[in-house]
Formats: sequence, structure tokens, C-alpha cells
Amino acid sequence: MVTLKELPREEHILPGNASCAGCSTSLSIRLTVKALGKRTVFVVPACCTSVIQGLFPLTSMNIPVLNIAFASTGAAASGVVSGFRAQGIEDITVVGWAGDGGTVDIGIQALSGAAERGTDFIYVCYDNEAYGNTGMQRSGSTPLGAWTTTTPTGKREEKKNMPLIMAAHKIPYIATLSPSYPTDFVEKFQKAKAIKGTKYLHILVPCPPGWRTDPAMSVELGRLAVQTGVWTLFEIEKGVFSLSAPSNPLLEKTRRKPVQLYLEKQGRFRHLTEGDMSKIQLNVDESWEYYRKINQTKICP
Amino acid sequence: MTRTLVDSGNNVAGLAAQAAKAQVVAAYPITPQTAIVEIIAELVDSGRMKSEYICVESEHSAMAASIGASASGARTFTATSSHGLVYMHEMLHWASAARLPIVMAVVNRALGPPWNILPDLNDSLSQRDTGWLQFYCASHQEIFDTIIQAYKICENSRVLLPAMICFEGFVLSHTSMPFKIPDQEDLDSFLPRYKPGWKLDIDNPVSHGTLASSDYYMELRYLIQEAMDNAKELIPIVGKEYADRFELPYYGGLLEEVSCDDAEAVVVTMGSMGSEAKVAVQKLRDGGYKVGLARIRTFRPFPIEEVRRICGRVDAIAVIDRAISSGMEGPLFTEVQSVLCELKDRPLAMNFVAGIGGRDVTEQDVETMAVHTLECVKKGRVDQRLTWYGLRR
Amino acid sequence: MPLTCLSLPTKGTGGRTGFWRTFRPELDKGKCTKCLLCWVYCPEAVVNRDAQDYPIIDYDYCKGCGICAFECRTKALTMRREEV
Repeated sequence: MVTLKELPREEHILPGNASCAGCSTSLSIRLTVKALGKRTVFVVPACCTSVIQGLFPLTSMNIPVLNIAFASTGAAASGVVSGFRAQGIEDITVVGWAGDGGTVDIGIQALSGAAERGTDFIYVCYDNEAYGNTGMQRSGSTPLGAWTTTTPTGKREEKKNMPLIMAAHKIPYIATLSPSYPTDFVEKFQKAKAIKGTKYLHILVPCPPGWRTDPAMSVELGRLAVQTGVWTLFEIEKGVFSLSAPSNPLLEKTRRKPVQLYLEKQGRFRHLTEGDMSKIQLNVDESWEYYRKINQTKICP
Repeated sequence: MTRTLVDSGNNVAGLAAQAAKAQVVAAYPITPQTAIVEIIAELVDSGRMKSEYICVESEHSAMAASIGASASGARTFTATSSHGLVYMHEMLHWASAARLPIVMAVVNRALGPPWNILPDLNDSLSQRDTGWLQFYCASHQEIFDTIIQAYKICENSRVLLPAMICFEGFVLSHTSMPFKIPDQEDLDSFLPRYKPGWKLDIDNPVSHGTLASSDYYMELRYLIQEAMDNAKELIPIVGKEYADRFELPYYGGLLEEVSCDDAEAVVVTMGSMGSEAKVAVQKLRDGGYKVGLARIRTFRPFPIEEVRRICGRVDAIAVIDRAISSGMEGPLFTEVQSVLCELKDRPLAMNFVAGIGGRDVTEQDVETMAVHTLECVKKGRVDQRLTWYGLRR
Repeated sequence: MPLTCLSLPTKGTGGRTGFWRTFRPELDKGKCTKCLLCWVYCPEAVVNRDAQDYPIIDYDYCKGCGICAFECRTKALTMRREEV
């Protein structure tokens, strides 16, 4: 059990970088490197993080970072892992750090390949539910009903369930995270670091410009996402699904806040009708019935 | 000192990767390169090759993984062909601009549609702008030697660029020829361990590949041009050192010239057509024709000075291209003409596009093209700038 | 000029981002319980900890996002409009 005050004080994402005010990604990188320590190498495709690093010849990241083309996080990370191993360099945590676009859409092939090969690395999808770097176009991870620049009247399709896709790859550890729950966040990273094989961590990162929200609300929104059951914190360890402490009590429907409390604070959902909200509430309730069935069970053969 | 083997061109490439002690191989199978990934799998599995072997899920990922491995500081090898090469096009640009000395065997094969597994050079020549060194081989011995030499050239701190070693599918990849491999100890002293120009290092954290403004981009690209110029100097030096040390052939550095000194016409070509041309030139010389051959080995860096020297003093050149840039002409022809255009005395120049899609080009065909070129010399003009040799109408 | 696009770590790659602010967080030490949630939640890493573990904000780079003040349970941190 980690206490936050005991987290290392050293900062590895340096202030004054190009991230937006209130950027949950920037917060997530801070917490991640505090959790993993400085013997960490990031592999970063085209995404918000590649911009947060800043302009050559300066960078805001104080760990080694290999930027790579959009589709290639899983593959490049595989190469880095093998390269260190071939040289007998041990004890380095390789992290593929990609946005939702670079994970569920263009990057899915490389991720799937790396996972199938059991590549010993941590793959992180930080999910602001659209293509943030290029100005908030829809991604496969954009939720139903959300405004994006390419779904101006709201996305008509459901959000791709990436953690379950990864579960089918039978990798040893999968988890969903939120920086609004920092002890859970840090524990999951530390757990992942100690496991051999492919670890998939999926973080929901509220995005002020993309979600049309107040920058001061970024942490609160992450909390509301969990409290309404829209985002669920869980782990799938050796194929066994288990709800994490902040989400577990929400199996009790009355303990889940209505999704409206989460959606109404976001400009990207401003156009939703009552009917739309009900549909979303129904979807959430349905997922929770599914979680009830699979909680504490092995979900893949 | 050396031992003689007989094996296919593909296996030669695999054995060269082993001899070069490549530390990471990330590759994806594609006809006609498949045997390379298979022989490496066997060598690694049996412990005869100490390498990390990544069976990637696509060629684009093969190059991305190679970049990751090379960036971590490891000597890296891969191989591909045709559609695989063009699929990884984006990452080829990345590898060279990241200054990573990855060596890749490219088994030349035609592009579809229609599907065609036989050789032509459109796949690699269409990658000429990617900042990779490009070597074209005409024999199994040359494939082995060039792969070893490529590591030495590319890992030199004044170069640090990736290289593709190209040889035609089936013609070279699937035929067997004898070749000599130097003893491993001797090779190790010729090719020492890789010392990266930069790498991912916990003690010296850097970010590679962040955004850069136009204030810097041009200069970074200029450095690649400089590195290519340095490679041009280094290629003949390394080639000679290798040939002397192991008593193996020296192919002439950037290009191999045969009988060019008093030639009236010179055949200019690359790859296995160069082997055919060698035979053709010999036969024509025996028949009293004054012809020579310039077999270009490095398409990048392009042998500007050598081509000017050889072609500048002949009456005509026949450039045989095993590729076509639709809307223009054969790519080799365009490049040769470009370097000759400043000469006061330029030769008559004919472009023969031949062997596209694997159509066989034999020494008889080369003889025909050379004789035709000499006839144009007599007439004092070229009848047709671009000829699709053997086109069926 | 380095060999390739290698960037070295430094503060302020986005410039002096303190200029982005409209509001600035200000601390009332009397109300602060040193819970350090502001330090945990600051996306910008501009909340530092003094010798007694009170937060000290680096105003050169604080973008004024307001998360620290929003999350502060005792409202020891509040957002005040910057003077022009």
C-alpha cells in the first residue's frame, strides 16, 4: 500500500511544457514515472505527449524517450526491449506510451503483435477519447454521443473496448486507471513493473480543450467518470477480472451516481437529448450487469 | 582464412547476418525473401547465432522494431522485398533521419497488381529518396561481402546511415553459387562491435524525434547529405580493405568497370543484368566491337564522378533499367543523364527498359542492345530515347 | 548541431508558461493541513514542497489551471485574478 507523500519528489516531466492547462496526460506522466522510477524508457508515437515534449533541441521529459511514427508504438517498443536484452542491459522498464488513436486505431496491429509475442513491456493507452494532437477528431475510443470535429452531431458508434480486446491476448496483466485515484494508479503501475510479459494499462484522461471542460475540473471529472460507472477501475490478472476498490462498491446500482452528473459538465455532450442520456445510462447499467457476472472470474479460456 | 560453401542467395544473406553478429533481427516473411527469415530462425533457435529474433506481425513493424533495437544500441538486421519494402516506406525515412545504421537485405521483386513474385528493381528504386545507402549485387559472393562491409561503412561515425543490400529475387535469391566465408575470428577483427552515435541511455536521458521548427530541419537533413558524401569516400576504402585482407574480389567500390578504357559504347546497368552484361561485353569484344560495362553497385550514394569519368569519354551509352518511373523513363537513366548534363562532350544515350516483372534478360539481349547502340553511333544520333526492350505488341 | 534530432531535458520548453495564467493560486498557510493533494494533482509539477511540506508554487511556470484550488479540501488554496 503506497502513500502518496512517500512518492519520490523528483520530477521527470519538467514544468513549463507545452501541455494545455489542466492536462490529465501531463499529470499521468508525472505519476507514472514517480511510480516506476528513473530506470524507465518511454516509446512515444505521434500524440499529445509528443507535443508536450516540446521543440528540438529541448524536451520536457527527463527520461530517455524514443519518438516513433504513429502506428508503431508496440513494434518500436518490442525492438527496444530486445535491443537491451541482446546487450545484456537489465532492469530497465520499457513503456509504450500512446494515445487512444495510436492504440485502438492505427496502432492496434503493432500492439496486438507485441502482446501476442509476450513482449516484456508496459503498454499504456492514455485515452482522451479522440485524436487530441490533431484537434479532437473521433477515434475508435470516442464514446457514443460525443461531439468531435469529425462527429459534429455526436458519434453514432460505441467506444471500442480495448481492455477486453487485450484480455483475449492472454497477457498477464491488464488494468484501467484514473489519475483522480492516485494511490490506485501508482499501485497498478508498481504491480505491472514487477510482472514479466506484456502489461496493458488504460488511463482515462479528461481533456479540457477536447471535452470542452473547465481545466480546474480535470481531476474531478475523472472522479465523476468512476463514480457514475462510465469509467470502471478494474484489473485482469492472469485472466481473472476483478473490480478495483474505488469501483467495486458500485456494483450496487444505487451507489452509482447518474451519468448525467458526468455528462452535463462537458461541452462535448451539450447537444445530448434526454433520450440520448437515457441510452447512455442504459449502456452503463448494462456493462455493470456484465461486470457483476464476470467479477472474480476467469474471463478468457 | 576462408571456407567455401555452395548455397542460395537468400541463405548467403542469412549467413552474413550471422557472421556480422547482428544482435537483433526483426523480420517478416515475403516471397522471395522468406528463406532469409527461416535460416535465421534456425540459426538462432539452434544457438549458432546469438541474436534476439522478433517475428514481427508486418514489415512496417519490422522496420519500427529495427529502429527501436538500433536506438537501444544494438546491431540490427532485417530483410524484405517488394510490397514489404514499400509497406515500410514511412519507417525507412524514419530510420535514416534517426541516423541508425540498420542493414537490410532487399530481395528485389515486382510490385502488384497483378501479383508477381519475379524480379525487377521498382521496389528498391522507388525508395531512392529515403536516405538509405543502396547496394546492388550481382553474385552470391558479393551479397555476403557487401552485407559485412555495409556494417563497417554504416557504423562509421562519419556515416551512421542505414543500408539496403539489393539482389534480384529468384535469379540470385534462389539459385546456388559457390562463395567463400572468412573465418569468424578474422571477421571479428575486421568488423568490431557497434559503437552507436547516440542511444537510449538512462544516465544521459534524451528525447529523440520531437517536433522541430524549420529553423533546424534543413540543417538536420543537410547532415544526412554530408554523411552520404562521407559514405562515398569510405565505400571503396572498406571494399579494398576487405578484399586485401580476405583475398576476395574487389568490385570496384561504387561501380565495377569492365573494358571501358577504349570503348566506343558503354553499357550501364545494375544487379544481375550486370553479370549478363559482363558476358555480353566479353563476347562483343571478341567479335571486334569496342564496348565496355559500368555496373553501378551503389545507387545511393550515386557514383557521380565515376559515371562522368567513364561515360564522358565514350560516344554512346546504353543504360539498361530494370524499372520504370511511369510518366518519365527508367530511374537509372534519369540519374545517369543528370550527372552527365554538365559535360561539354556528352555521349549519345539510350535507355532500355528491360526485365520488368521478371522477364528474363540474357547476355544475348544485352548484346543486341549494345550493338544497336553502336549503330546509333554510326548514324550519329539516337533513333529512340526510350525503348521497352522486347515489348510484345 | 547534434547528429540527429536529440533534445535535452529542460524546464520551460513551452516558454515561460506563467504568462498563460488569468488566475493564480494563492496559499493561506493557516488553513493548510499539508495533505499535499495539490502536489499530487498538479499536472505541471509546479507545486513544490518546502522543508515543512507546505506547498510552494513556481509562478514562473504555473498555468493557472485551478486544479490545486479545486481539489484543496480546506480551501487553503484559492484562485485570485492576476493583476494586469
